[in-house]
Amino acid sequence: MTDFLMPALGADMEAGMLVEWLVKPGDRIKRGDIVAVVETQKGAIEVETFAEGIVSELVVPIGTKVPVGSLLARIGEAAGEEPPAPHPIAAVLPPPIAPITSPVLPTGAAPIAAVHRAKVSPAARGRATELGIDATTLSGTGVEGAVTVADVETAARTIAVPAAAPARRKALDAAEMRKAIAAAMGRSKREIPHYYLTHTVELGASLSWLEAANAAQPVPKRLILAVLLLKAAALALRDVPQLNGTFVNGAFCPGEGIHIGWAISLRGGGLVAPAVLETDKRSLSELMSEMRGLVQRARAGGLRSSELASPTVTVTSLGERGAEAVMGIIYPPQVALIGFGMVVTRPWVVGSRIEPRPVVTVSLAADHRASDGHTGALLLNAIEQLLQNPEKL
Amino acid sequence: MSDAIDKSMICEVLGSIAPEADFAALSGSEDLRDALDLDSMDFLNFIIALHERTRIEIPEADYSKLRTLNDIAAYLARRQC
Amino acid sequence: MTARITYREACRQALREALLSDPKTFLMGEDIGRYGGCYAVTKGLLDEFGEERVRDTPLSESAYVGAGIGAAMVGMRPIVEIMTINFSLLALDQIVNNAATIPHMSGGQFAVPLVIRIATGGGRRVAAQHSHSLEGWYAHIPGLRILAPAAIEDARYMLAAALKDPNPVLIFEHVMLYNNEGELDPAIAEVDIAHAKVRRVGTGVSVIAYGNGLIKALSAAETLAAEGISAEIIDLRVLRPLDTSTLLASVTKTRRCVIVDEGWKSGSLAAEIGMRIAENAFFDLDAPLRRVCGREVPIPYAAHLEDAALPQPADIAAAVRGLVRPA
Repeated sequence: MTDFLMPALGADMEAGMLVEWLVKPGDRIKRGDIVAVVETQKGAIEVETFAEGIVSELVVPIGTKVPVGSLLARIGEAAGEEPPAPHPIAAVLPPPIAPITSPVLPTGAAPIAAVHRAKVSPAARGRATELGIDATTLSGTGVEGAVTVADVETAARTIAVPAAAPARRKALDAAEMRKAIAAAMGRSKREIPHYYLTHTVELGASLSWLEAANAAQPVPKRLILAVLLLKAAALALRDVPQLNGTFVNGAFCPGEGIHIGWAISLRGGGLVAPAVLETDKRSLSELMSEMRGLVQRARAGGLRSSELASPTVTVTSLGERGAEAVMGIIYPPQVALIGFGMVVTRPWVVGSRIEPRPVVTVSLAADHRASDGHTGALLLNAIEQLLQNPEKL
Repeated sequence: MSDAIDKSMICEVLGSIAPEADFAALSGSEDLRDALDLDSMDFLNFIIALHERTRIEIPEADYSKLRTLNDIAAYLARRQC
Repeated sequence: MTARITYREACRQALREALLSDPKTFLMGEDIGRYGGCYAVTKGLLDEFGEERVRDTPLSESAYVGAGIGAAMVGMRPIVEIMTINFSLLALDQIVNNAATIPHMSGGQFAVPLVIRIATGGGRRVAAQHSHSLEGWYAHIPGLRILAPAAIEDARYMLAAALKDPNPVLIFEHVMLYNNEGELDPAIAEVDIAHAKVRRVGTGVSVIAYGNGLIKALSAAETLAAEGISAEIIDLRVLRPLDTSTLLASVTKTRRCVIVDEGWKSGSLAAEIGMRIAENAFFDLDAPLRRVCGREVPIPYAAHLEDAALPQPADIAAAVRGLVRPA
């Protein structure tokens, strides 16, 4: 069934009056036949049909004025012809674009003030940010005197020459440091119930691995044994996290990450233990350079607050001319202190023979409120195992 | 370009590791590690600084030959050619 | 064994191969048959293939380009020759309003697999109306693929690739290249018509060029190498669509760029390339972008004036020095 609607017989027509029907129900009409007469402001117009078929119903009577688009009549299919029902396609019209009204152009815009900026190429800016240099202070050799990547890199090399400890840093006050150590150690022994464990670890594998690794490296990249000991302690703490953290307000608080405070003795007396952040995640060469940096800064008084505030455990190593074992005092509020004594050659049972082997005594001082001896033993055994496979550190 | 391998140069390098030491009183045959209380990190830093200053490669196996000022001076002189 | 042929001969071999391999191809243009072509590219082809396949046209670019468009629309593969880009302006409406738009406006009902070969450029002392380099204008038009062969293998094999393209392709042959000789590597049997190519690897600056500009840029690179400046020379090959990724990869590496374009600087293809680099590689640039273009004058007739008006190797070298060793 097709609807015959009041057509728009002019762009401005809103309504029309039906004055005459030229067909009646039952008539067969074809495309182009005139079927009605409509009166508009422009006079009487003959209206053609686009639909074909049999007139089914005349809906609007003569003399009625109806708006454009109103239903006037229904046209049915000729008998026997049943075309498929039309699929109405929803007209999706885009929203009308608002007309552009005459823009109001401001008259007499204020003049743009001249801008003076340091000329730095985009690439040089990026490089300077990477290197932590203020590129605007450099003199440039680029186009129009701009600072280039090469200029930034040259400046970085010049700045990187290590200066002696700058005079503006306060000299370390040995007496003050002594007082601080006294207070911390006193509090630790008063408040923390310590238990102690020791374990002897054979270091043949680690020492030969170290010798081989260092033989292949240029001087500045060589490792010392302390790096292996530190990494072994860090990896062991992954397995025994109960010893990595602090005891605060009556409860153990596990550390977020393993940041080993490494005890550095200062020339002329005194001790600091700044943290090596994320010790377990660093490679041996990273640890080595980190530790060298820490020693340098510890002696010059340039340690950072993050290094001093965040250790989750402490490791102390007495080195070559110390004693065989160290029974340390825990740095509160940590819960453990791992100690490495001097490496000595001792008789060692290998199979059914006795051989001289390099060994080191590892010790653990632990807070009995946070852990028991069994836990401590697990840590020392883990350290021993790790030091037998140094290539995996 | 290398500095003269003399003890004053070595003392200068040591000075960057152990600034408070009295080098005038240091004898050529004293064990440096004991005399200046150098641990393994200090000693490695000393070797690195020597290497940078003289451009001479010092394998780890030779560390035991570098106990005293006299030893070090003789070692570097041999290696310099 | 590599053959040594001229650019002209490479073009002719390409045309001959097209005529031999596909009966639907035929050539149309002014003076291409009996005369053998204004630049002698089609010499001998009329004798070999006859008047049906090598058609001399009347002196009306609009008419014969239109005929070519029509022939392509009904399934032929015409290769139209417009004597020079200067005369192509008379067929601009056909190219821009018909060839480029018919596939779109017919909703894909008609394809226009048309190839138009056009000689372009200055240097032949034929003065203002006959020395234009307006390929940048054509590179502005969606619906067209624009090629600019400079290397011998591109002159030889770009045509075959263009004939496979179902859309209109314009091939611009710089007039100063026809006599150039080069080795045609027998290992190469086809080329793409999509990518730019690095013709000389370098580290200090990227020089982007096409057509005769490429030859001049390569010459400048030799001069610069003797001064210790390493220039990377890129042959655009395709002016539309631009192979931006090859250009950006080079500029990201070298951090400096000079663009060579024989057209006038204002509104040039060089301006488009420079803008794309600024848009995409801004943070990698260590120096401003530079262009070496024709001077903003109608191309002069007198030899020394024409030379001064067109980009020369010395100008390219100077632009590079200005970026690498300013002051």
